Amino acid sequence: MKKNRSSAVSRTHKQGPYHLMLLPGMVLLFIFHLVPMVGLLMAFEDFMPIKGLFGSKFVGMANFQRLFKLPTFWRILRNTIVISVGKLLLVMVASVVFALLLNECRHVKLKRVVQTTVYLPHFLSWVILAVMFSNIFSYTGIVSQIVQFFGGEPEMFMISNTWFRKILIGGEVWKEFGYGAIVYIAAITNIDPTMYEAASIDGAGRWKKIWYITLPSIVPTIILMTTLNIGKLLKGGFDQVFNLYSPLVYETGDIIDTYVYRMGLVDLQYSNGTAVGLFQSLIGFVLLVIAYKLADKLVGYRVF
Amino acid sequence: MKRIKISDVVIYALLIFSGLICLVPIWNTIAISFSDKTSAALGLVRMLPVNFTLASYNNMMEETQFWTSFMVSIKRVLIGVSINMIVTILMAYPLSKSPREFHTKNIYMWIVVFTMLFNGGLVPTFMVVNNLHMMDTFWALVLPGAVPVFNVILLMNFFKGIPKSLEESASMDGAGPWTVLALIYLPLSKASLATIALFSVVTHWNSYFDGKIYINSMEKLPLQTYIQSLSASLNAEQMAMMTAEELEEQLAVSSLTFNSAKVVVSMIPILLIYPFLQKYFVTGMVVGAVKE
Repeated sequence: MKKNRSSAVSRTHKQGPYHLMLLPGMVLLFIFHLVPMVGLLMAFEDFMPIKGLFGSKFVGMANFQRLFKLPTFWRILRNTIVISVGKLLLVMVASVVFALLLNECRHVKLKRVVQTTVYLPHFLSWVILAVMFSNIFSYTGIVSQIVQFFGGEPEMFMISNTWFRKILIGGEVWKEFGYGAIVYIAAITNIDPTMYEAASIDGAGRWKKIWYITLPSIVPTIILMTTLNIGKLLKGGFDQVFNLYSPLVYETGDIIDTYVYRMGLVDLQYSNGTAVGLFQSLIGFVLLVIAYKLADKLVGYRVF
Repeated sequence: MKRIKISDVVIYALLIFSGLICLVPIWNTIAISFSDKTSAALGLVRMLPVNFTLASYNNMMEETQFWTSFMVSIKRVLIGVSINMIVTILMAYPLSKSPREFHTKNIYMWIVVFTMLFNGGLVPTFMVVNNLHMMDTFWALVLPGAVPVFNVILLMNFFKGIPKSLEESASMDGAGPWTVLALIYLPLSKASLATIALFSVVTHWNSYFDGKIYINSMEKLPLQTYIQSLSASLNAEQMAMMTAEELEEQLAVSSLTFNSAKVVVSMIPILLIYPFLQKYFVTGMVVGAVKE
C-alpha cells in the first residue's frame, strides 16, 4: 500500500521544476553567502589585496593571538555583551508590561490609537531616529530642559560616557517595546476566558487575575522569545550604535560590529577585521544552535 | 461595571503615556522642521513650531541631491522588492514539499539553514561584491540581500499548511508544479505575500549601510545613506580633537531645521504604507515567531 502510494507521488511530482525554481535563490546564496566564507581564510593570513587570497602569507592563529592581547578587543566584547543583555532584558520586561496593560484596557478606541503609535518607531530607521535623538539629547534639547526644570544641569548626553549606554538601551526599549508586545498580546488572546470567569467566582480581583492567570499563561512565550534572543548576544545593534556614537564614547559604546567596520573597511586592516568578524560569527553560531535546541526542549518550539 | 475605578484610571494614564512617549521625538522633529534656524539652534522648539516658516522645505525643494537620492530609493524599493518576492516564492514552494515529494529537499534546506546560522561577515562579503565589479552599481544594493532567508521560511511554513488534496486534484487534471504554484498556492497566500512584501519595502527603504560602503557616485546614493552622510558630516577624527564646547558649537551651526525637514519627508513613504503594514504585520509577526 505504502509503496504504491509513494510511486504515485513521484509520478505526479517531477523533480526537474523544483530544482529549476530553487536555482535563482541558490545561485544568489552561493555567491553572496557561501563564497564569502572562503574569504574567511583572510583571518589566518597576512592578507594583501595585491597578492590575493591564495597568494598572501599564511600566519595561522597569529591574528587571533594578537587580538586577544588587545585591550580594545576586551572593551568591545564587554560593551557588546552589556549593551545586548541590557536591551534583551529591558525590551522583554517593557513589552510584557505593555501587553498586560493593553489587555486591561476596555476602551476599544484608546486601545487602537495607542497600538498605532507604539508600533510606529519600529518601522523607522536608525538613520532617521539618530537625527531625532541628537535633537532631543543635545545641550539645549528637550531632555536637558526637563533636567533643568527639576534643578539639574543640562548635558550633552550623546557624548557622555555616563549616559551613552543608557541612551542605547533606553532607545532600543523605546523603539521596540510596542512591536515586541505583539507576540505577548497574541498569547494573551489565546487564554481560555473560562479561567477568568472561574477566578471571578472565587472572588479574585483584577490584579490577582493578572498575577495568577494572565502572567503564568504567557510565561512559555516569554521563555521562547528570550531563548531565541540568546543567539543575538554578540550583536549589540550595529545600525543604532553606528548612527549614534562618536569617538568620545568608544569607551562605553563601541561594539564588535562597529569595530569590525572601522578596522576592516576604514583602516583597511582586512585580516584583523575578518578575524574579529569570524570570532563573532563562530560564537554567534554556537549560541544560535544552543538557543534553538533550548527552545525545542523548554517549550517544544521548532523553527523548521 | 459602570463606575470608574482607580485602577482603570492608572491603566489608561500609563497607556496614554506610552503612546505619547513614542510620538514626542517624531513630533518634536516635525516642529523643528517648521521653525526658524535660530530658535531651533537655541533649543526653543518643543512641541510647536517657533516662528513658523516653510524655509527649510523651500530649501529642500531646490536641493537636487535630496530628490535624486529619493528617486534612487524608490527605484531600489521597486526593483529590490520584486527580486525579493520572486526569489522567495520560488524557493518557498519546493522547500514546502516533503522529502518524499522532493527527494533532495533536505540538502537544499540545510544550505538555507546554514546561511541563516553562519555568515562570512562584513569584510569577506565586501570583497566578493568588490571582485564582482559591482562597486558603485545599483546591483550592489539589491543583489547581496536578494534572498531574505527568514521570509523564505515564513512563506514555506505557510505553504505547508495548504491542503495537499488541492494540489493532488490539480495534478490529476495535468497541472505541473508551475501551474499549481501560480494558480493554487499564490492566490491562497495573498495575506502572507502582502506581509512579506511590505516588510521588504520597509527594509529596502530604510537601508543605508550598503549604500555607504558600495556606492561612491552621488547620483546613485540612496536616500537614507544621503541623510546619514549629513548627520555624520563631521568626521570622526575632527570630533575627537574638539573640546566639548567647540563640538556643541559645530553641531549648532549644522542646519538643524534643514536636516529635520529632510527626515520628515523621508518618513512619508513609511507613513503612507503604515496602515497596510499595521493590517498585516500582526499576522506576519505571530506566524513567524510562534508557529504551532
